[in-house]
Amino acid sequence: MNGTLHRRQERAAWIFLGPALCLIAVFFLLPILAGLLLSVTDFDIYAIGAPQTARFVGLRNYQELLGGEEFWQALRNTLYFVLVGGPLAVAVSLGAALMLSAPRLRLRGLFRTIYFAPVVTTLVAVAIVWRYLYHPHYGLLNYWLGLVGLGPIDWLGDPRWAMPAIILLAVWKGFGYNMLIFVAGLQSIPEERYEAAAVDGASAWQRFHAITLPGLAPVFLFVAVTTMIGYFQLFAEPYVMTQGGPLGATRSLVLFMYEEGFRWWRLGTAAAIAVLLLLITLAATLIQLRLQGGRR
Amino acid sequence: MPRWAAVALLCLLAAGLPGCGERRDEVVLSFWAMGREGEVVSELVPDFEREHPGIRVHVQQIPWSAAHEKLLTAHVGHATPDLAQLGNTWIAEFHALGALAPVPAGAEAFSPDATFPGIWDTNLIAGRAYGLPWYVDTRLLFYRRDLLARAGYAEMPGDWAAWRRALAAITASGAARYGILLPLNEWVVPAVLGLQAGSPLLREQDSRGDFSGAAFRQGFDFYLGLFRDELAPLAGSQEIANIYQEFARGTFAMIITGPWNLGEFRRRLPAELQDAWATAPLPGPAGPASGLSLAGGSSLVVFRESPRRAAAWQFIAYLLRPEVQRRFYRLTGDLPARRDAWAAPEFAADSTLRSFRIQLERVVSTPKIPEWEQIASRLQLRAEAAVRGALTADAALAALDADVDRILEKRRWLLARGLVPGGEEEAP
Repeated sequence: MNGTLHRRQERAAWIFLGPALCLIAVFFLLPILAGLLLSVTDFDIYAIGAPQTARFVGLRNYQELLGGEEFWQALRNTLYFVLVGGPLAVAVSLGAALMLSAPRLRLRGLFRTIYFAPVVTTLVAVAIVWRYLYHPHYGLLNYWLGLVGLGPIDWLGDPRWAMPAIILLAVWKGFGYNMLIFVAGLQSIPEERYEAAAVDGASAWQRFHAITLPGLAPVFLFVAVTTMIGYFQLFAEPYVMTQGGPLGATRSLVLFMYEEGFRWWRLGTAAAIAVLLLLITLAATLIQLRLQGGRR
Repeated sequence: MPRWAAVALLCLLAAGLPGCGERRDEVVLSFWAMGREGEVVSELVPDFEREHPGIRVHVQQIPWSAAHEKLLTAHVGHATPDLAQLGNTWIAEFHALGALAPVPAGAEAFSPDATFPGIWDTNLIAGRAYGLPWYVDTRLLFYRRDLLARAGYAEMPGDWAAWRRALAAITASGAARYGILLPLNEWVVPAVLGLQAGSPLLREQDSRGDFSGAAFRQGFDFYLGLFRDELAPLAGSQEIANIYQEFARGTFAMIITGPWNLGEFRRRLPAELQDAWATAPLPGPAGPASGLSLAGGSSLVVFRESPRRAAAWQFIAYLLRPEVQRRFYRLTGDLPARRDAWAAPEFAADSTLRSFRIQLERVVSTPKIPEWEQIASRLQLRAEAAVRGALTADAALAALDADVDRILEKRRWLLARGLVPGGEEEAP
C-alpha cells in the first residue's frame, strides 16, 4: 500500500518535472553536448561551405589553445577581472546597501533608483558616455586627476590601465543589482538583535561584524557566486569599449571565443574555449562554495 | 480606433510594403547594399525599372558592421538575397563557402580592361570572375603642402629614400611635430610597404607565410625606421582622438588614408587650410611606379542559390553603365570602377582625385584566401610589438610566419586533396 503510493507520487513528480526537464535537455544539455563534439573537430569556414571537409582532430584544439599564448593571456585578463572586479563589485554593492538601509536616510527611494539606473541602461549608450569620461585629453576623469596634481592617464589606450578602466565601468554598471539583493537581506535581519547589541554596548563595527555579516551570509554566498560566474563571462564591456585592445590587454575568454568563432569562423576552437571556460567556472564555483560553505 | 480604421491602416501598410501585392509575372530582385551605398542606391532603381517593366528591385540596407555576419548566416540558412554589394576582400571567403555564382560570359557588363587591372583581379578566384567591380577605393598620401614647403620640398617625393628625407626635414625643421601618422592598430601600412618591396606576403599557393622573406623584411625595416627615428608617433588611432584636428594643428604632416576622407577633410579642416592640403600617390622603393597600394572597394555579386540570376546580372549591367556610375559618384562620392567614367570633367578638374586616378593604376589585391583577415590581424599585432620594442624585427616576423603557417594548416590539407582552387596562376 505504502509502496504503490510512493510509486504514484514518484510518477506524479516526473510528470510535473517533465516539461522543465525536456526544456533543460533541449536547450541546455544538447547544446553542451554539441559544443563538446564541435570542440574535437576543426569546423571552420571551409566546413560551413562543405561539411565533409570538417575533420575529427581529437584534442588538438585544446593542445593549441593551451600551448599558445593567446588563451593564457585571455585567462589572465579574465582572472584579473574576476579577482579584482568581483570583490570590488560585491563590496560596493554591500556599501551601497548599508547606506540605503541607514535608518536616518531621507529620499531612500530616489537613491535606490539612481543606484539601480545603470543596471537597466543599455551598455552601448553607457559606453559612449564612458568613452568621453576616459578620454585622455578631454575626459572628466583626467581633469579630476589633474586637479589633485596627477598626470593624465591614457585609460583605454594604455595596456596597464585598460583593464582597471573596464573594471570601473563594469562595477559602476552592475553594482545596483546586488545592492538590491543585499537590501533585501538586510531587511530580513531582525531589528531586535541590533537593539540587544546596542543595549550590551556593542560599537557600530562590532554590530556590523557580529550581526550584519553573519545574518547576510546566505545572501553573501549567493551574491558572490553569481557575481563570479557573471564576471567570468566578461564580454560586452571590452567588446564595445576596446575590442580587446590595447595589445590584447582586455581580451577576455568570452571575447576571445567570440573572435575565434564569429570573426574567424574557427568554430572548433571556439567550442574548445567554451568547454574550458565551463570547466574553469565550475571549478571556481566549487572552490567558493567549499570556502564559504565551510565557514558557515 | 474603430476596427474598420485599423483594418484600413493595415491594408495601407501592406500596400506600402515592397513585395506585397506584386503581380505574378513580375520578377522581384532582392538586393542587399551596405552603409551609405544602401541609403542612396534606391534612387537609381526607378530608371532601371522603367527600362525593364518585368523586373522590380527591392533594396535592403545593411549596416557595414553587421554585413559580414548577416551574409554568412543568410548563406547557412539558405536565405541569401539575389544580389549584393560585397567588399572585394570578402569575395574569396564567400567563394570558399560556395555562395557566389560566377559571372556568366554573356553578362559581363564590361571587359576586364575597362576597369583597373588590380581592381579586376580582386574579383578573380583561380582565373574565374565572381563579382563585377562597382566602386573602388585605395589608400594614398594626404599631406600638408604648406608644411612640406616649409621643410624645403616643393612637391611630394616619389621614392622611399627621398620620402624619408622629407619626413626627417619636416620633423627637424619643426614644421610639424611628426612627419607622418601611421596608426599602430592598422595592418595596411606594413602590408603595403612589403608589397611595394616585391613581397607576395604568402608563398606556396598562399599556403605559408613569406614574412621572413627578404622583400618583406626590406619594407618592414623601412616601416620600423620611421618610428625609431621618431618620424611617426607611437600611437594607435584611438589615441589620436581627432585626426582632422591634429592634422590641422600640425601634429603630423602626412597620413595614409582613402577616398572616404576627401569629403571629411573638406568639411572638417578650417577654411584657411583648404588650399594647404593635397593628395599624392604613394612613393615606392624604386620610384613612383613601385608605389603600390591596396585594391579596395566593393563588387556586385549574384548568389548561387538565387533563381533570378539572369535578371540580377541585368540590373548589375545597368548599375555599371558609365552614366549611372557618374550619377552614383555624385550621390555617394564613391569612386567609379570604370575607367571611362573617370573621363568626365568633374574628375579631371579635381587635383585630389587625379592622384587617386594615378594610384588606381598601381593597386594590387591582398592574398585572395578566406584566412586573409585573420592573417592581417596577426600582422598588425606582430608589427605593433616590433614597433613598441617588445620583439625584435627578426623575432616578430618569425613569430608572424609561425602564426600564419598555423592558420593555413587547413588550407594546405585542402590543397593537397584538390579541395580548394590553388594559386591564381592556374587560370583556365
